[in-house]
Amino acid sequence: MTGATRAEYCVIACAEAWRGDGEVLASPMGLIPSIGARLARLTFAPDLLLTDGEALLVRPDGTTEGWLPYRQHLALVTGGRRHVMMGASQIDRFGNQNISCIGDWQRPRRQLLGVRGAPVNTLNNPTSYWIPRHSRRVFVERVDMVCGVGYDHAAGARHHRIPRVVSDLAVFDFATPDHSMRLASLHPGVTVEQVREATGFELAVPDEVPPTREPTAEELRLIREVVDPAGTRAREVAS
Amino acid sequence: MSDKTMTADEVVSRLSSGMTLGIGGWGSRRKPMALVRALLRSRITDLTVVSYGGPDVGMLAAAGRIRKLVTAFVTLDSIPLEPHYRAARERAAFALTEIDEAMFMWGLHAAANRLPFLPVRAGIGSDVMRVNPGLRTVTSPYGDGETFVAMPALRLDAALVHMNRADRLGNGQYLGPDPYFDDLFCEAADTAYVSCERIVDTAELTKAAPPQTLLVKRHTVTGVVEAPNGAHFTSCAPDYGRDEAFQKTYATTPWPEFAARFLAGDEQAYRSAVGEGT
Repeated sequence: MTGATRAEYCVIACAEAWRGDGEVLASPMGLIPSIGARLARLTFAPDLLLTDGEALLVRPDGTTEGWLPYRQHLALVTGGRRHVMMGASQIDRFGNQNISCIGDWQRPRRQLLGVRGAPVNTLNNPTSYWIPRHSRRVFVERVDMVCGVGYDHAAGARHHRIPRVVSDLAVFDFATPDHSMRLASLHPGVTVEQVREATGFELAVPDEVPPTREPTAEELRLIREVVDPAGTRAREVAS
Repeated sequence: MSDKTMTADEVVSRLSSGMTLGIGGWGSRRKPMALVRALLRSRITDLTVVSYGGPDVGMLAAAGRIRKLVTAFVTLDSIPLEPHYRAARERAAFALTEIDEAMFMWGLHAAANRLPFLPVRAGIGSDVMRVNPGLRTVTSPYGDGETFVAMPALRLDAALVHMNRADRLGNGQYLGPDPYFDDLFCEAADTAYVSCERIVDTAELTKAAPPQTLLVKRHTVTGVVEAPNGAHFTSCAPDYGRDEAFQKTYATTPWPEFAARFLAGDEQAYRSAVGEGT
């Protein structure tokens, strides 16, 4: 088995978000988080629930094991037994996320999706983020519209938690005294300087930054032969 | 027992400018597009549209029929961003009440239950509160003392939804995997209009499908329209999937050209125009 690609490190970093979560719904948004969730379910997180992206709970092989239409999905969010990995058009140092619009909300420069379920997600179940192209346009000093609630806005809301942010360069958490974003691991081949350069705010960087962990041979086999044999992951993150 | 069947144009004749209109479905899924097309043929305007938005919102916005939109998102699903909605927003063509998906659902629940609001743990800390200065909060009167958003009822003058089957009395059936919130839209509305792929006898509804598929109940329904392919180009599982090729045409054709080509005539003309290839 040849060495892991950048996309495969990203898969591993996303999969790790669900480690130790137990019997909760993994809600991945985007290609690489979806591959990561299925990999986690097939390996170290066997109790995870997966969706087909529509109204069904499915096993990794596609077998239906439950019904989860949108209205029940929203109840499940509120119950907290879910860990979503959302996207972000903008994210700031406290984990405030924006997918609504760029510029002034009254008359946006770029209208995007809308707040969707980001407000309810972030107050009720752990919410991680996946950003396939790490840049200063995404990692901003201040988001234009707070959709997903960050630590400074959450004011200690009882169920608020942002376990991690994964980008194509590195993994981040909020394990700092003021819950500002911290560099947790670097994907192999990426430098701290590179991450700093691509980030629009001052990032907490520990003295020693570990590398994102290596996939095992079995994980690489599962990614390449079982979960994503068509190699779609390379479309989201080039190697 | 009254027969509630009518045509799409008859539905529209009962609507008027300035109304608050709820539109069922979700994104680019099971939207009552035949009813939306009939609406576009009318002169009705100045609408407050309440929708988990898809091309219903895009078209009505492009045609300048919306005064205010209440939504959590507008998307074409396989095309994430709705181009006509975006263009309208970027020229500030209408007012927007942007709320979270769950807040939206609880607003419908409140209306259906004749409550002024329902508490919801969503919105606080987000800019949903900033862009909706009218939103109020409530504090739990019990020991926990938690603060919630008091989501106001989303009461509708009329609801438009699309079902797989219905009978003449207004019992509506969905056969796909997700009911979305169509029954709630009907319950939250003073009048509700159900279009369907096929009108069948009441007994036919449960011949091959379980009674749980009977989503919309006739006491909440004012009119029933038989509209084969009435959700086109959105999906109406299991009868048909989304017409991706046509949706792409919709998303990439300048609005005036699209409207002239596909919306100038009646529903029959629409079908012919679609059939002539995209």
